[in-house]
Amino acid sequence: MTGADVLLLALGAVAVGAGVLVVTTDQLVRAGLYLVVCLGAVAGLYLVLTAELVAWVQVLIYVGAVVVLLLFAVMLTRAPIGRSPDLNRPGLPAALIGGGAGLGLAALFADAFRWSAVDLPAPGTAESLGTELFRSWVLPFEVLSVLLLAALVGAIIVSRPDIGSRP
Amino acid sequence: MTLSPYAPIVGLFALAAFFALFSVASARIAGPRRYNRAKLDAYECGIEPSPQPVGGGRFPIKFYLTAMLFIVFDIEIIFLYPWAVSFDQLGLFGFVEMVMFIGTVFIAYAYVWRRGGLDWD
Amino acid sequence: MTTPAVYLAQDPTLADFGHDPWWISLIKVVAAFVFAVLATLLGVWFERRVVGFMQVRPGPNQVGPFGLLQTLADGLKMAFKEDILPKGADKVVYFFAPTISVICAVTALAVIPFGPMVSMFGHQTPLQVTDVSVAVLVILAASSMGIYGIVLGGWASGSTYPLLGGLRSSAQMISYEVAMGLSIVAVFMTAGTMSTSGIVAAQAGSDRSASLGGFEFFAPGWYAILLLPSFIIYFISAVGETNRAPFDLPEAESELVAGFMTEYSSLKFALFMLAEYVNMVTVSAVATTLFLGGWRAPWPISIWDGANSGWFGLIWFFAKVILLVFVFVWLRGTLPRLRYDQFMRLGWRVLLPINLVWILALAGIRVLQKENSDAVRWGIIGGALLVILLITLAWPDRRKQPPRPLQEQVNARPQGSFPLPPMDLVVPPSPRARRGVAQRQPANVGGGAPDVVDTTSTEEKED
Repeated sequence: MTGADVLLLALGAVAVGAGVLVVTTDQLVRAGLYLVVCLGAVAGLYLVLTAELVAWVQVLIYVGAVVVLLLFAVMLTRAPIGRSPDLNRPGLPAALIGGGAGLGLAALFADAFRWSAVDLPAPGTAESLGTELFRSWVLPFEVLSVLLLAALVGAIIVSRPDIGSRP
Repeated sequence: MTLSPYAPIVGLFALAAFFALFSVASARIAGPRRYNRAKLDAYECGIEPSPQPVGGGRFPIKFYLTAMLFIVFDIEIIFLYPWAVSFDQLGLFGFVEMVMFIGTVFIAYAYVWRRGGLDWD
Repeated sequence: MTTPAVYLAQDPTLADFGHDPWWISLIKVVAAFVFAVLATLLGVWFERRVVGFMQVRPGPNQVGPFGLLQTLADGLKMAFKEDILPKGADKVVYFFAPTISVICAVTALAVIPFGPMVSMFGHQTPLQVTDVSVAVLVILAASSMGIYGIVLGGWASGSTYPLLGGLRSSAQMISYEVAMGLSIVAVFMTAGTMSTSGIVAAQAGSDRSASLGGFEFFAPGWYAILLLPSFIIYFISAVGETNRAPFDLPEAESELVAGFMTEYSSLKFALFMLAEYVNMVTVSAVATTLFLGGWRAPWPISIWDGANSGWFGLIWFFAKVILLVFVFVWLRGTLPRLRYDQFMRLGWRVLLPINLVWILALAGIRVLQKENSDAVRWGIIGGALLVILLITLAWPDRRKQPPRPLQEQVNARPQGSFPLPPMDLVVPPSPRARRGVAQRQPANVGGGAPDVVDTTSTEEKED
């Protein structure tokens, strides 16, 4: 095992552990913080796999923006300090579905690749990713802008029914 | 690429974490401890703190909208970075692509503006 | 480990990083951290002295020479203050929030280039902790993680003012992060790289000199000059991002006491202050790197080749950073605080659209320079005109709604509102006001004659 392998395993363990804590904790805001740890560990995984740009994008977008939005949303509704007993529901069905899906996917991967080694592609620097993205993947990129448009319009319609379009 | 350029970042992170945790912990030991009820109460402009609203209170929805706008533009910025770095190789084609992309997001932005989503009265 | 023989240019490139022996890395890491702490100690002193100078008072001048040790004394004092954990606080998060702030602020310093290649104990090594190909993203990621320290500190205090302050502050920071992130796109486009040392080298490479009428003119390739709009927007958003005056709304004393740090005391409070000042220094250093040519000497000095070699780089770097920090302090000494709605309007409605249009305009110009066929050129110019036309047509109108009549507003108030005085109330002039006017009258008689001295004015002068 090389150092990179050890790092991969350790980061994977952190990600899984934090993910389990997200769903089991009964403190709402702390669940968000465990999510930060989980997503950060995933970013570390990307980094070890030499996808530099994607790793930092993961930190910027998911840790820096999406979880902030989640925290905002939690605080908009309720953000009690301390335990919320109503979060302690029996989670057996969810655990079965989630754990089953995870284990099943892992088994599928293990079976598909066995012990065949795959060489790492060239490092995902900004330059290589940029040329790739804007030459070969133009359509998904443009469709994404429509998705963003829909997200914003949806956000405003859901959140501000009180403000109509002005005359 | 090896990971060795990242090792000093982790090192600085660890040093800062050690320093911060050490000072937070040492303040607990070094400082005097003469607590009373008033000191531990939440700071407010009255003698008795006003009761906390049940469930932690609620916030104006505008904050949510701001965070949503932030995510959308953050994603746009993230796509602008690799585009800007490799702009010289992409040339005209990349330029037209990005005009279309920014144009579409700009429509959403103009819509939010028109609907008053950017108003903080 | 490689020991490259000769450096023709002193510029470190990405290949030079990651080869240091561990003890040199350790020295650099410790040096960067010491720099952060020293910058805070001196920065607070500098700010208080400069603001004092601007307000015609001495500022701290007792502790040490020129009061230099004032901040150290304050920090020591804070260490021996009572560490209060409020009753309603979430203990663990309350404990960790200031450390998150400090860690994020300090980590960003890891990719700042302080100088060129130097010889350190016989090793050729760049004066920079480390550099990666996406270094600027590391800085942005660190600053976006810094939000957590503030929003969690506000929330975990279990108190109203910090909660409001934390939320305000995080909304402010994410708003200005958008402006900041957009403003550096132009830098990446011009430099063609995201590594900080690469951007410094690219700025040196774009120096231009021209001769006009026998005179040699020299234009430094600083992006602050080439990309002036980006620099201005970057600096404005940096002030907003670091919660500094005039954008220091999260700690608006008159509204929110001390914002998210109201409930913090002792060294935890000191850590928040440390994070604030380190952030200020970090954004100044980033501005220096991205826009002001980094550690390279400014123009008249740079004629001397030795100015850009070895440890001299540190001098120019620190000079530029101190200059920018001075501008921060200057702003604080000059401008009043913005209102929250004005502040958000500036970020979302002014900086953002200007930024986007500027990026597209710059990209268009660069394409125009490269394209040779006339059809494409006219196509781009025509397209630009079309876009401008469309924007002016579809610009979100700012037509003001007519103000609602007073009576309607009164009727629309919800049940149980506070009673209003009658709308046609005429307040009789108070007798004290009349007396004051009568007293002031003689002073005004003199009109334009300043040599008329009466008793009231001398009394006022003595006050």
